[in-house]
Amino acid sequence: MSTATVLDKKPASQPAPGGRRKLSLPVLLIVIAGVLALTSLVRLITDADGITNVSQMSTALQLAVPIGLAGLGGLWAERAGVVNIGLEGMLILGTWFGAWAGFQWGPWVGVLFGIIGGALGGLLHAVVTVTFNVNHIVSGVAINILALGVTRYLSNFTFEGVEGGTTKQSPPVDSLGTITVPGLSDWLTTLNEKHWFLVSDIAGLLGGLVTDLSPLTIVAVALIPFTWWVLWRTSFGLRLRSCGENPVAAESLGVNVIKYKYLAVIISGGLAGLGGAFLSIVANPFYLEGQTAGKGYIGLAAMIFGNWMPGGLALGAGLFGYTDSLKLRGGTENVHALLLLVALLLVIAAIWTVVRKKYVAGVVCAVAAAGMAAWYATTDDVPTQLVTATPYIVTLLVLSFSAQRLRMPKADGQPYRKGQGK
Amino acid sequence: MAMKNKFDKERLLLGVSGPVIALLTAVVLTSVVLVASGKSPIEPYSIMFEQATFSDVQVLIINQAGMYYLAALAVAIGFRMNLFNIGVDGQYRLAAVVAAIVGAKVALPGFAQIPLLIIVAMLTGAMWAGIAGILKVTRGVSEVVATIMLNSIASSLIGYLYLPEVFGVQVGNNKTTGVMHESGWFPGINMGAAGEIYGFVVIAALLGVAYWFVLNRTRFGFDLRATGASESAAAASGVDAKRMVLTAMLVSGALAGLAGLPLLLGDTHTYSLTFPTTIGFQGITIALLGRNSPVGIAFAALLISWLEKASQELDLQGYDKEIAVIMQGIITIAVVVSYEAVRVWGQRRQQRRVGIELAVAAAENTSELKKEVAAR
Repeated sequence: MSTATVLDKKPASQPAPGGRRKLSLPVLLIVIAGVLALTSLVRLITDADGITNVSQMSTALQLAVPIGLAGLGGLWAERAGVVNIGLEGMLILGTWFGAWAGFQWGPWVGVLFGIIGGALGGLLHAVVTVTFNVNHIVSGVAINILALGVTRYLSNFTFEGVEGGTTKQSPPVDSLGTITVPGLSDWLTTLNEKHWFLVSDIAGLLGGLVTDLSPLTIVAVALIPFTWWVLWRTSFGLRLRSCGENPVAAESLGVNVIKYKYLAVIISGGLAGLGGAFLSIVANPFYLEGQTAGKGYIGLAAMIFGNWMPGGLALGAGLFGYTDSLKLRGGTENVHALLLLVALLLVIAAIWTVVRKKYVAGVVCAVAAAGMAAWYATTDDVPTQLVTATPYIVTLLVLSFSAQRLRMPKADGQPYRKGQGK
Repeated sequence: MAMKNKFDKERLLLGVSGPVIALLTAVVLTSVVLVASGKSPIEPYSIMFEQATFSDVQVLIINQAGMYYLAALAVAIGFRMNLFNIGVDGQYRLAAVVAAIVGAKVALPGFAQIPLLIIVAMLTGAMWAGIAGILKVTRGVSEVVATIMLNSIASSLIGYLYLPEVFGVQVGNNKTTGVMHESGWFPGINMGAAGEIYGFVVIAALLGVAYWFVLNRTRFGFDLRATGASESAAAASGVDAKRMVLTAMLVSGALAGLAGLPLLLGDTHTYSLTFPTTIGFQGITIALLGRNSPVGIAFAALLISWLEKASQELDLQGYDKEIAVIMQGIITIAVVVSYEAVRVWGQRRQQRRVGIELAVAAAENTSELKKEVAAR
C-alpha cells in the first residue's frame, strides 16, 4: 500500500514531497483493524447486524465498482493534466453502448462497446481540451449535456419497437454469470451469522469479496493495482505523469506531450465507459435513462478523496459504495447505528488532536462527537436523504480538512501548447 | 481616430464570427445526425421556425428565457473573475424550495410578501454558494468540486424538505410544498389567448441592466474584472482577492437564487417533483454563448429557449425532440472551440499587421539611411 501517501503537518509552506510521511502498510492495517473493531463494537451495542452482513458487503462492492472505474478514469486523465468533469457523460455513453451491443451480440461484446463508447467521449474531450485548448471544465460540462442528448436520441431508434425495449429502456442483456468461491463463501457466511465480536465482521467483509462476483467486478478490482503499476512503475507511466506535472519539462526531454495527453484522456473515457457497461449489464441487465445518477461525479469525488492515488481512490470508492448499499439494504436503522460509529471516531479524533496540541480542532471534534451521540440517542432512524448525500458531504469534509495536504498533479487543468516552453 | 475605427471593426468581426461559426457548425453537425438517422435535414428546422411565429409559443419562449437569463447572469458574474460556479443548479433549486415553503407558511400583504420571498430566495442561493466561497478562501478547496458536491447535497436536502412529514404536501403522485399564499403570486402580463408572460421576466431584464452597470461603471465591477484578468496585478493594485472571491460567489449565488422564481411566483406557486431541474447547467451554456455580456446572454437565452420550446412540436411531426438536446450540446462545444480558434486567429492577424507596419517602418528607415549615405 505504498500508494497511499499522506502529507505530514509542516508542508503547507513546503511544496516539495520532502515533508511527507508515508502511511506504511502496518500503520494502515492497524487503522483498518481499528475501524473494523469499532464497527464491530457498534454492531454489538446497537444490534444492527446488517452493517457487516455478507450480502451487505457484496452489494457494497457491486455499487463501488462503477464509482471506482469512473474514479480511475478521472485519475488517468488528471495524472496527464486534463481535468475530466465529463466522466458522467462518458459513463452514460458506456451504459448506452454497453446495453445496445449487449442485447444484440451478447454481454461481452456489450462490455467492449461500452468501453468504446466511453472512449469516444474521451476522444472528444481530448480534441477539445488538448488540441483546441478550451477550458477543461467547460468541455466536460458540454460532454455531459451531449452524451445525454445523444443517448436519448439514439434510444428512440434502437430500443423502441424491440421486444422488452422502450424509448427509455433497452431490451434485457444476458448475464455475464457470477462466480462464488465454493466452500469459502459458505464458511464465511456461517461465521458471519454467529455475530461474534470482530471475527464475524471480518468474515462478512471477506465473504462479500468472494460471493456472487461478476467477472467484471474482478476485472475492475484488478485494474486498481494495474493502474498503479502502469503509472508508477513503467516508463510509459512516468512520461504520462510528467505531462500532468510539468509538460514543458517533459517536452524538453523528448516526451510527446500531446500524444500522452490524448492517450490518457481516451483511456480515461474507456474506463468510465467500462463503468457504464457494468451498470447496464451487471448491476442491471438493461440500459435505463438516468441510470448513472451522478456516479461520475461520485467517482471524481472518490479520486479527490484518495488524493489522486489508486489506493486512496479504491478506499474512497469502497466507502461511497458502502454508504450507497446502506440505503438499499436494511436502510435507515443501519445508518442510524453508524451515527454511533461516527461519534466514536470523532472522540478518537478529538483525543488525537489534543495530544498533538491542536486544541481548537480538538474542541471542534469533541463538540461534533457530542452532537452525533445526542443525535443517535434521541432518534430511531435517519432520513434516507442523508444517506444519499453522505458521499458528497464526506468529500466536502475531507477537502475542507485536508485541502492543503492533498496534492493534485501540478499542471492539472492548465492549458499546454506545443513548444510553449521555448 | 482612423486607427480607432479600424480597431473596432476588427473587434466586431472577431466578436461576431465566434457565435456565427459555432451556430453554423451546430446546424451542419445536427443535419449530419438527421441524415444519418434517415430523416430530412431541413424540415425539422422549418417546423421549429414556424413554431416561433405562434404567439403562444413565443410566450413560452420568453418565459423560459427569463429563467435562463437569471441563471446565466449568475454564471457569468463568476466567469468574469475566473470563478466556476457549477453550483447554480443546486442554488436555484434550493432557493425555490425554501421560497415556496416560506410562501406557503407566511402570509403577509402583497407589497411585503413578494419582497420577502425574493430576499429569502436570494439569501438561500447566496448561502449555498457562500459555502463554496468560504471553503475556497479559507481552505483552498476548488470551487468547481465544492459546487458539484453541493449540487448533489442540495438534491438530497430538497428531497428531505418536501417529505410530507417535514414541509411537504402529497398531491396524488406528486410531492409538493403546498400552495403559496396568493399575496406572494407575482402578477403577469396578460397576452390574451397566447397566455401570460411572467412579470418576473421584467425583473430579470432589469437585473441585466444592473449587471452591466455594476460591472462596467462601479469600482466593484472594475476590481472584479481586474481580478479575473490577472489576480496578481489586481492584488498589486490593492484588491483583496479573497474578499473578491467570496463576494463574487455570494452575488452569483444570490442571482442564482432568483432563477427559479419566475416560474414559482408566476405559475406553479408550489415546488413539486415536476419543477425543472437543469436550468443551472443551461445557464453555463448560455453564459458561454453570450460571452458574459448582458445583451449577448439575452440573445443566447432566447435561442436556447427557442430550441427547447419549439422542438416539442417535432415529436408530433415524426421527428424526435431530443435532436434539440444534441444541438445544444454541440453548440456548447462549438462555441468554446470557435471562440478559442477565432481568438488565436485574431491574434495572428494582429501580429501580422503589426509585423507589416514594423517592416514598412524599418524599410523607410533604411531607405532614408541610404539616401543620407548617398547624399554625403
